[in-house]
Amino acid sequence: MTHQDTTQQADWAEAAVAEHAAGYPAHASAGTAHSSREQLVLERIERARRARPRVREKLITLAHGAGGKASQSLIEAIFLDAFRNPLLEPLEDAAIMTAGDARLAFTTDSYVVSPLFFPGGDIGDLAVNGTVNDLAVSGARPAHLSAGFILEEGFPVEDLRRIVASMAAAAAAAGVSIVTGDTKVVQRGKGDGCYITTAGVGVVTGNLTLGVATARPGDAVIVSGPVGDHGITIMLARGELDLDADLVSDTAPVHDLVRGLLDAVGPDVRAMRDATRGGVATILNEVAKAAGVAVAVDEDAVPVRAEVRGACELLGIDPLYVACEGRIVVIVDPGAADAAVAALRAHPLGAGATVVGHVAEDPPGLVLLKTGFGGTRIIDLLVGDPLPRIC
Amino acid sequence: MRFVDEYRDAEKARALAAKIAALCEPGRHYKFMEVCGGHTHTIYKHGLEDYLPESISLVHGPGCPVCVIPMGRVDDAIALAEQPDVIMTSFGDMMRVPGGRGSFFDSSAAGTDIRMVYSPLDALKIARQNPDKHVIFMAIGFETTAPSTAMTVLRAAAEGIENFSIFCNHVTIIPAIKAILDSPDLRLDGFLGPGHVSTVIGCRPYEFIASEYGKPLVTAGFEPLDILQSVYMLLQQLAEGRCEVENQYSRVVPWDGNTVALRAVGEVMQLRPYFEWRGLGFISHSALQVRERYAAFDAERRFTLPGVRVADPKACQCGEVLKGVLKPWECKVFGTACTPETPIGTCMVSSEGACAAYYNFGRFNRQRVREVSIEASRA
Amino acid sequence: MCLGIPGEVIEILPDQPDLARVDVSGVKRAINIGLLTDDPPVPGDWILIHVGFALSKIDEQEAKAAMDFLIGIGQAYEDEIAALLESQIDERQ
Repeated sequence: MTHQDTTQQADWAEAAVAEHAAGYPAHASAGTAHSSREQLVLERIERARRARPRVREKLITLAHGAGGKASQSLIEAIFLDAFRNPLLEPLEDAAIMTAGDARLAFTTDSYVVSPLFFPGGDIGDLAVNGTVNDLAVSGARPAHLSAGFILEEGFPVEDLRRIVASMAAAAAAAGVSIVTGDTKVVQRGKGDGCYITTAGVGVVTGNLTLGVATARPGDAVIVSGPVGDHGITIMLARGELDLDADLVSDTAPVHDLVRGLLDAVGPDVRAMRDATRGGVATILNEVAKAAGVAVAVDEDAVPVRAEVRGACELLGIDPLYVACEGRIVVIVDPGAADAAVAALRAHPLGAGATVVGHVAEDPPGLVLLKTGFGGTRIIDLLVGDPLPRIC
Repeated sequence: MRFVDEYRDAEKARALAAKIAALCEPGRHYKFMEVCGGHTHTIYKHGLEDYLPESISLVHGPGCPVCVIPMGRVDDAIALAEQPDVIMTSFGDMMRVPGGRGSFFDSSAAGTDIRMVYSPLDALKIARQNPDKHVIFMAIGFETTAPSTAMTVLRAAAEGIENFSIFCNHVTIIPAIKAILDSPDLRLDGFLGPGHVSTVIGCRPYEFIASEYGKPLVTAGFEPLDILQSVYMLLQQLAEGRCEVENQYSRVVPWDGNTVALRAVGEVMQLRPYFEWRGLGFISHSALQVRERYAAFDAERRFTLPGVRVADPKACQCGEVLKGVLKPWECKVFGTACTPETPIGTCMVSSEGACAAYYNFGRFNRQRVREVSIEASRA
Repeated sequence: MCLGIPGEVIEILPDQPDLARVDVSGVKRAINIGLLTDDPPVPGDWILIHVGFALSKIDEQEAKAAMDFLIGIGQAYEDEIAALLESQIDERQ
């Protein structure tokens, strides 16, 4: 390679710097004390993070679908901005609306997982369970689903039969019915075999007001079982990494698990969330941000299967960011934590339920991890996309 | 996990921390440079700074092979990916590194075929599976990784594979350390030496650091107890007036390195006369290129590269951060124009980069956070 | 980039002697052991894995020596703490 004399500059970088220079006060002077200079910088960063989300990219990238920072920016800056209304704004797993005397939970999801069939399930199971779970964690009894299919020309009918059979079985297991649907076929090369979009509706029982914004200092943070099973299973099932392990996806409907929890400690539950793309870390960040609190997690308390841990160590991924498909995160009043864990453990899907941390007042908006080693670090929102297309 | 969990034991850490504190001379401040990006990552990931007294500073060095790739070389790689019928393969770490016109991720969004691989052998497999395409492997890394790339090229040659080449950006660690030692801005008391690079080159190459520059060096492992023990060993040397190279990571690092690995690298690659390091400028004999006899596997010979140099934005202070002169938060654009989501410089984009590590893991008021964690774990 | 993980050799692949099946906490992958031809690993050995290659064999004796040092420090620390507590108890009497 020849070294040329022409030197260019990166215009995007110059523009980014100029834009921020206009908005922020000058850098702290050299005279100020060391630790207070660092504090000033940390405060500057917090202001930058609170600024209105923008989508700077001109093209959609895989990061926009990873469930982390880019996904959040996309949702807030493009969708929320255009569709803004009070029902959408909470951005919870389902929208809660009234119909006469009833409160309904309404949710939608798309499934683009590759491969379509994997240890522990297939795209059909994911589609039904995922939708049921979004309704369940919103405090609703899941009732009816819709199922839209986008099929690629050349997709084997036998595979479609398998997927649909899975969906029927999953729906029966969850006590829901698929009441409406749609089918489209796109040309070969314009769709990856089969994509499924669902919508789900359920009736909210009782008069709970659930929402991550209601989390308070002192609340306990519970996960219902080992994290990361689904994401790692999918990664291994793709076959590109040549890794073999005895792992299956944790896809499952959690409506009964949730029902048992709410029957035991309903009024003490602040929020429940279905841990999917972006993993447990994403949910905890949403709690911290929505409620303006800190969330402190004990790394040793987070259950992770040995194989998931091994795969994560090999690949340099943090299990807290890996997707699950049958795990819930529950924020609950501290007085009810033991009863909540007991209620979850009473159900097979909650056998590994455990308290993993607590909500604290300060520093607001941050998720902190007490490492197994005894030190502390932040768990920030995921940036980029370590695991493409897992649900 | 064996050989991992026992080195993450909190009780032993407390004991070591006490010994470290006891060895610190009152009133003296110690500055140790940890060269490896992997060390930076471990320190932040496990919250190691909580175990060190205020009088010890760990300075992050230039041992992050992704961080030192100049933007112009990223542009060259993207230009290669844009060639017709090319599949570009790369480690995950490179995917978001921005060049003058964007990153691999951005390029993939625009339609190029760029795939993430875990090993150069995976790239070779893709070449075998796609005989009508040309597969290029973006080869990055220090001496740790160069042998794996070399072995892959040797295998490709043995199998007569014609649709595979590498874009060689391997760099060598000694010239980088020397640049640090020769830098007038920095006062260091010792080094935590590269761990995995040393499995290949051994510990002898560092001897000049002790003998000519008078700084002790301890080759350190990557688990948190490894790093704490290495700090302890450095302090011991200073307390006892010794100045030598020691090997804390002896369970993995052989003193003489790995001759098979060095032979493989020597067979396939040779030193470039000079190479540009982001933030450190041009350093002679600091990087590798493919030898003439393996020209068929050299992407730089099989394709024409734009070869345009892209200057860092004036506000980017990656160079000073890489040399350990500036802490990440002291960079003027840290956290505002330059964040992990919108990185300006490579220190922010690589998960081993000092800025990314500090932003993602370490950016908070330590005192307050310790209080919060202790309260929470008592609840 | 420096990511190296210890793994246990389960078997050498019969038709490909430069490949070994290695286990990392239940996850298995075929690892190229071509860089260890001077002292090839056998099943039961532990190796350091980096980007699909074994860079080095883990020396169990050195590992034990390192652990003994750490345990020793830990023991000395516990002894000191115990001695401290005892002396406090003595003072109170």
